[in-house]
Amino acid sequence: MKSVFFGAVSATALIASAVHAEPQAEVLHWWTSGGEAKSVAVLQEEFAAKGGTWTDMPVAGGGGDAAMTALRARVLSGNAPTAVQLKGPAIQEWYEEGVLADISAVAEAQGWADVLPASIAGHMKCEGNWCAAPVNVHRVDWIWANADVLEANGIDMPTTWDEFNAAAEKLQAAGVIPLAHGGQAWQDATVFEAVALGILGPDGFRKAFVDLDMDTLKSDEMKAVFDQMRTMRGYVDENFSGRDWNLATAMVMNGEAAFQIMGDWAKGEFMAAGKVPGEDFLCASVPGDGFLYNVDSFAMFDVDGDDKKAGQDLLAELIVGQNFQKVFNLNKGSIPARTDVSLEEFDSCAHLSAKDMSESSDNGSLLPSYAHGMALRGAQSGAITDVVTAHFNSDMSSDEAVNMLADAVANSM
Amino acid sequence: MTKWLEENTPKLVLAPSFIAVLIFVYGFIAWTAWVSFTRSRLLPRYDIEGLIQYERLFASPRWDTALNNLFVFGILFIVIAMVLGLILAILLDQNIRTEGAIRTIYLYPMALSMIVTGTAWKWILNPGLGVEAMVRGWGFETFSFDWLVNPDMAIYTVVIAAIWQSSGFVMALFLAGLRSVDGEIIKAAQVDGIPTWRIYTAIIIPSMAPIFLSAFIVLSHLAIKSFDLVIALTGGGPGYATDLPATYMYAMAFSRGDIGQAASSAMIMMMVVFAIVVPYLYSELRSKDD
Repeated sequence: MKSVFFGAVSATALIASAVHAEPQAEVLHWWTSGGEAKSVAVLQEEFAAKGGTWTDMPVAGGGGDAAMTALRARVLSGNAPTAVQLKGPAIQEWYEEGVLADISAVAEAQGWADVLPASIAGHMKCEGNWCAAPVNVHRVDWIWANADVLEANGIDMPTTWDEFNAAAEKLQAAGVIPLAHGGQAWQDATVFEAVALGILGPDGFRKAFVDLDMDTLKSDEMKAVFDQMRTMRGYVDENFSGRDWNLATAMVMNGEAAFQIMGDWAKGEFMAAGKVPGEDFLCASVPGDGFLYNVDSFAMFDVDGDDKKAGQDLLAELIVGQNFQKVFNLNKGSIPARTDVSLEEFDSCAHLSAKDMSESSDNGSLLPSYAHGMALRGAQSGAITDVVTAHFNSDMSSDEAVNMLADAVANSM
Repeated sequence: MTKWLEENTPKLVLAPSFIAVLIFVYGFIAWTAWVSFTRSRLLPRYDIEGLIQYERLFASPRWDTALNNLFVFGILFIVIAMVLGLILAILLDQNIRTEGAIRTIYLYPMALSMIVTGTAWKWILNPGLGVEAMVRGWGFETFSFDWLVNPDMAIYTVVIAAIWQSSGFVMALFLAGLRSVDGEIIKAAQVDGIPTWRIYTAIIIPSMAPIFLSAFIVLSHLAIKSFDLVIALTGGGPGYATDLPATYMYAMAFSRGDIGQAASSAMIMMMVVFAIVVPYLYSELRSKDD
């Protein structure tokens, strides 16, 4: 009944927008740096071209923390923005606070269900109704390598973790840092989940980091994941603490280090430095099957007034529209969330990403990234990251780490 | 009318700030206390659930680390900054030339924000850029000074940076105290042939008790609310080895959407402040009355 009612309202809003043609949208986001800001500007232009008035509300800082604080204040005062850059389970968390809108009318009119991979579409729905619009798909489980360094040392891109370890030993003997890494908690978590995907496999990964299954969290396989993390701790240089991810990428670029495990935003750094994929640097998925995604999206908040509702619907339509999906993702280094966008202008890494995404979507190994807030709520993913980073930065044993992991997850509920 | 005004003007003038303090300090303390007893996550909720947040807090190894760090950091920072400040003040008090210039130099770190201090020390202490690299560059290849990236030692780098920032300020406080001691007494002692170090330990320093109190209170609240220095210097790392209660609270409230947990940690921080400052204040103020 509720959905019928909301659907009717949205439909009316669509008609109203056609009549008045003055849709309004206030958009809260934290895409303020170079390439990202450019990407948002594309959306702004499209919105204005359709006769809309865009009120930009960029809140930079703290990887979105500052924006979330602003959002909290706005929602508590009963004056939510039209659309907010939110992702993963945070969308459902806000929905449970009862402040999200239903945009099913637009989604159904545009046929989103047919063009979005099912597991990604799942994040955009709140109790069956569409409440958010996906912008892009970042793949998290990438391994980047310096092509010249690998060639000079006679190494191929590793396809198992044992191969990776063997390659790393060889590189270390040759005086190259095997793994460029920055010792920040989220980067530790990024490497950890890549290793976990390889060792636990897609099903194990889902059980551990989506279902939080205690047996899997305490299993011997999980110990093996921590063992591999301990091994990899030996492959980073001693100066890694606190290093930003882009500096680690630069180490791979200039040949100081061979590999980096990082999401495809690292590609933007290589591209910006004029490097060519396949020639100067190589991209591959980390050893193991599966695809870890980090999907940026805009959640639509409940707003009053026909002009704002019209703005919301127009915004949703444009975000998932072919043109924006293409232009935005060319700028940002990710791939479009919808699968029917032409990838002609994209690079070879993006092609690989898109191919793997559709394959893994078919065989059920398209999985949300825990390290980037797609799989779990903040409290749970934060608790796991605490253990991961504490283990990586100390001499904790894998047994100890596994027990701590189970305790931390239980304590975060 | 004028009489009424005469009697009530002070109350009227004080009323706005009194109300503001009542709401924005004590009102919000009460609000935080309330929230700390709920299961609030993303947004505050108001159904009391008991001590669940405190149980979670004390079951968290990260909070353990944060609290331990607070004690290590707080004690070392306060004691060393006060001792260093006192020594600097006494040395400056010897009627040396260019005292003004030296005093300014020592006070300057206070003019920097903690973010600047943290960033500068991050570079100085970074093994690949700072002291270690420099000494190795001089030919001492085995020299190692990696506290910043060593989880067991990283908290001491925060102590070093904080002391560098604040001891000049403590020096200025003590210098003012030294100057305020009655010159007649000192002269009388000198006439009696009492050695200078005895004059300091027996006469001057004891008469500066109020200055010690102010220095202690300023430093202890700096220590407990320390946040920006840790964020700039170590980011709480390696791992969460240099987390302090303030950074823990920030992470819970703003990164993890766990407001109940943040509120309970804030309450514990407040209790720590009370536990340290109240007895000290009490004893100091009572001895004044005697």
